[in-house]
Amino acid sequence: MAATATDVMRRQVGDRTLKARRVTVVLLTLLLLVSVAGLAVGAAETSLWSSLVAWAQGEDLSLRDQIVLLHIRLPRLLTGLLAGAALATSGALLQGLFRNPLADPEIIGVSAGASFGAVCAIVLGAALPFAGKLGAAFLPVLAFAGAWGATLLLYRIATRHGRTSVATMLLAGIALSALTMALTGVLIYIADDAQMRDITFWNMGSLSGANWNKLVIAAPVIFVSLVAAQALGAGLNAMALGEAAARHMGVSVQVVKRLTIVCVAAATGVSVAISGGIGFVGIVVPHVLRLISGPDHKHLLVNSALLGACVLVSADIDARVIIAPAELPIGIITAILGGPFFLWILLRQRGVLDL
Amino acid sequence: MNQMSSLCRLQAAMAAALLALFSFGVLEATAETVPTRIVSVGGSVTEIVYALGQEHRLVARDTTSNYPVEARSLPDVGYVRRLSPEGLLSVAPDMILAEEGAGPPETFEVLANSGLPIVTVPMGYDLPAVQSKIRAVSEALGVADAGEELALQVTADVEEAIRAAGLRDQSVLFVLSMQGGRIMAAGGDTAAQGVLELAGAKNAISGFDGYKLVSDEAVLTAAPDVILMMQSHRRGAVSPGDVLAHPAIAATPAGRNQAVLQMDGMLLLGFSVRTGQAVSELAAGLAAADS
Repeated sequence: MAATATDVMRRQVGDRTLKARRVTVVLLTLLLLVSVAGLAVGAAETSLWSSLVAWAQGEDLSLRDQIVLLHIRLPRLLTGLLAGAALATSGALLQGLFRNPLADPEIIGVSAGASFGAVCAIVLGAALPFAGKLGAAFLPVLAFAGAWGATLLLYRIATRHGRTSVATMLLAGIALSALTMALTGVLIYIADDAQMRDITFWNMGSLSGANWNKLVIAAPVIFVSLVAAQALGAGLNAMALGEAAARHMGVSVQVVKRLTIVCVAAATGVSVAISGGIGFVGIVVPHVLRLISGPDHKHLLVNSALLGACVLVSADIDARVIIAPAELPIGIITAILGGPFFLWILLRQRGVLDL
Repeated sequence: MNQMSSLCRLQAAMAAALLALFSFGVLEATAETVPTRIVSVGGSVTEIVYALGQEHRLVARDTTSNYPVEARSLPDVGYVRRLSPEGLLSVAPDMILAEEGAGPPETFEVLANSGLPIVTVPMGYDLPAVQSKIRAVSEALGVADAGEELALQVTADVEEAIRAAGLRDQSVLFVLSMQGGRIMAAGGDTAAQGVLELAGAKNAISGFDGYKLVSDEAVLTAAPDVILMMQSHRRGAVSPGDVLAHPAIAATPAGRNQAVLQMDGMLLLGFSVRTGQAVSELAAGLAAADS
């Protein structure tokens, strides 16, 4: 039944299935290349090739090479892949749900909530309960709790008699973000100089803190959310025709909404918790793909995940080599490289942008 | 007050955890080999390494290590609280000498697993803190005797400077920055208050810890006799003229007497080997402002 919506969409904007599939293949190849680069490139001189050769010949790697490859670059690569896929997919999901090209996780309070949690951890730190027990995991846990809490609250506000109003969610999201940011502002006001620096750096994001402890918790959550998100394609295609139309086609609109929001809150919440605030990927990646291969969510969601992963891992490689041995915050790179690129695409294809 | 003490506790806990984690590695390293490829993290730590004449053993430094000038030619591994594990490993160090509060903890965790000894140097804003910094650095470098000598000399310098400065009846407002006309001033438990106390003056601002934005009325109430600020060579940085033109400051005794002192930030607030010089210069400046 939902396939009808997809058919309508294909009739309206042309069937670009073949093109989208080709894009998927290209992106998979790109992902493979970028992943190899993610393991091979870094400030340290450790060579992936000679390490692989040594390993294949049964030689032991030096402790330093092991640490660099297995405990620094590999977790960083995986974190980049997952976070990039999560951010881009969340953007695509929300733009579809809200039928708004500007939608990104910020709109449902995820970013403001995560930021509030992180700033709480940085400023109030050890004064909070559980801080001692959680140690280094304290900040990510609080950031995730903030993201999740803000989204749940927003969902409750916008849902009446079992129906979620997307318009209410949009407006209440703005109000809630403003409120959360004000609370964050209070904490920033009482923060000292060093804490201010930590907050600034956190907001610009970094994959430099990636490690296996974080991945063990984050990877399953993001992975499940991403897989679940793929099932939303048909529903979101139907929603593109309007909620009433989607309902007439037999799509359970409320289920689509709830699942979308849960997926986004989980995937983005965890990503932001382990990598800080990385903007831009969620907005740009889905739009670039829509311009190339059309608005059909069945392909858009997969391709967004792939391109998002490629973009974030590439940005991270830049972040670690440009001013090595120091490192740039990754949010700076995504914005500096992504901004002009996106503008260029927009200027070239003005008028083609559709949802 | 609260968040400051909690931060201290956090730092103390972190330092303790780091020490517990790394003490084994440190002992091993000093017993077997003398570290010759050291990364110095923290401006005051780097200054001490240079003062001990051990700079030939440094391979990299952090962004805050910009004195002496020669230190700037070393590779920069990034901001003291945002170090990247691979960046640190890329300079192939055999020891990391880091001031308390350096991080993030994830980075040090990975480095500890690689068997790299990490020595944490305690921070603080008084003479005993300077002494323990020097001792911690010199012990880590295996030059404890030279360190003891340096500590004695620095102690003598600082004590002499304190004696010469005497007690002054001046209250001083330390302005860290002035953004959009809002003044960020030093409260308690700051390096600025520490150095002011050594120079016999008192901090005009009380009631909070750390550096914070203060209202115009708080500045008027504080009625500082002198404004102290850091020198900046950046273009567009706040100049003494800008500070004196601030309406609240203009109405204070400092504003009326045009009493603004500028000093090098690292010298003034570093609490390292040059603290004696910092206290003398500050006291001389305050005396000049008084007359």
